[in-house]
Amino acid sequence: MSGKVTIHCTVNGEPRRIEAYPMARLLDVLREELQLTGVKEGCGEGECGACSVLVDGELVNSCLVPVLQAEGTAITTIEGLATGEALHPVQEAFLARGGAQCGICTPGMILAAVDLLQRNPHPGEAEIREGLAGNLCRCTGYMKIFASVKEAARSRK
Amino acid sequence: MRADLPSYELTAPGSLAGVLALLDREPGQWTPLAGGTDLMVLFEAGKLELKKLVSIWNLAELKGIAESPDHVTLGALTTYSEVRRSAVLQREFPLLCQAARETGGIATQNRGTLAGNIVNASPAADSPPALLVYDAELELVSAAGSRWVPYHGFHTGYKQTVLRPNELLSRIRLPRATGGARHYYRKVGTRAAQAISKVCFAGIGWCDGGRIRDLRIALGSIAPVPLRCVRTEEVLRGAAPDGDRILAAQEALAGEITPIDDFRSTARYRTRVAQNLLAEFLTAIE
Repeated sequence: MSGKVTIHCTVNGEPRRIEAYPMARLLDVLREELQLTGVKEGCGEGECGACSVLVDGELVNSCLVPVLQAEGTAITTIEGLATGEALHPVQEAFLARGGAQCGICTPGMILAAVDLLQRNPHPGEAEIREGLAGNLCRCTGYMKIFASVKEAARSRK
Repeated sequence: MRADLPSYELTAPGSLAGVLALLDREPGQWTPLAGGTDLMVLFEAGKLELKKLVSIWNLAELKGIAESPDHVTLGALTTYSEVRRSAVLQREFPLLCQAARETGGIATQNRGTLAGNIVNASPAADSPPALLVYDAELELVSAAGSRWVPYHGFHTGYKQTVLRPNELLSRIRLPRATGGARHYYRKVGTRAAQAISKVCFAGIGWCDGGRIRDLRIALGSIAPVPLRCVRTEEVLRGAAPDGDRILAAQEALAGEITPIDDFRSTARYRTRVAQNLLAEFLTAIE
């Protein structure tokens, strides 16, 4: 048996102190304790990417991270991408190109795209597909999602 | 069935010595948890029977890729992403980079570790065939000391390994002896990313004047363990890989692997694919 522990981390730029069971999934803590419900749960087993967040700048599936391992990290969720009222360029591109349908995969898709463009500012089609391969869209709107990422890459030039 | 959170312990001693002391105090009671890409899936499904976990994710002692004249040595926590980015691995051990690239998606590659892939001991894992053909050696550490063992022989049966209950896999060492080799890797599955292999094949070979001077072959998903196919290698070593020899090697391979029917594929399909990949490998290294 174990009790709750105190975790200190930075979420979307704000220092947070969280009380949680050490094996609580980062996904559940973000959604239920911090009300960051832009983090979605799809499969719960690391296959679909709906729960993607950035931890210390790296894309991870938050359903597979026990919150104890978030101690001392900096986490970015979809809620932390915009600057005030100004959307992130990738969010703007998804809006402009119709990159969202039902919206469940969208936060994960956008974070995977942000991660890809950080590593590779001008990806080709195959690189975009590989960068988003861990994110499943059940509306199967992939073509517009790829177009959105291309648009975001263009807008950064 | 969701996991009952309070019934699980997870502790992070923060140092390798602390983890080893814990494993030594209660051998077999504590399960190391690295990137969680296997254990957290079982956990969420309510199928993780091990209730005491020790986080090793942040241990600096288990990180990094080091080069010496004879070896490239990878810390146990080397992630697939780090494998993909490593220039020395790309140059000398490309099959490992290819295996890393075809494991999961980017988020999985950022958290999944080589040691986890080895110790989880799935016969369908993608990096073991590459590690087997590169003659990897593993360092197993405990509070009492450390020992190096060949990776070939590490898996003793389905999900069984030579790792003792108080030991932790700490480093993976690759001999820098791939000069002049041709490398071949192919994973056959339903989809490139996020799909578990039906058959995974890794091979390296050295050819001189139309003959195979030496070679190593290993496959995944075709036996209870990731399998180095030494009998098939024997048929090919020193031979010219012509039509008859390829047929003989394919026959030897079919006798050496023991695939099963499961929800991912059938034994018959796996055998045929393994034989076809062997032929493709032999054509590729000529």
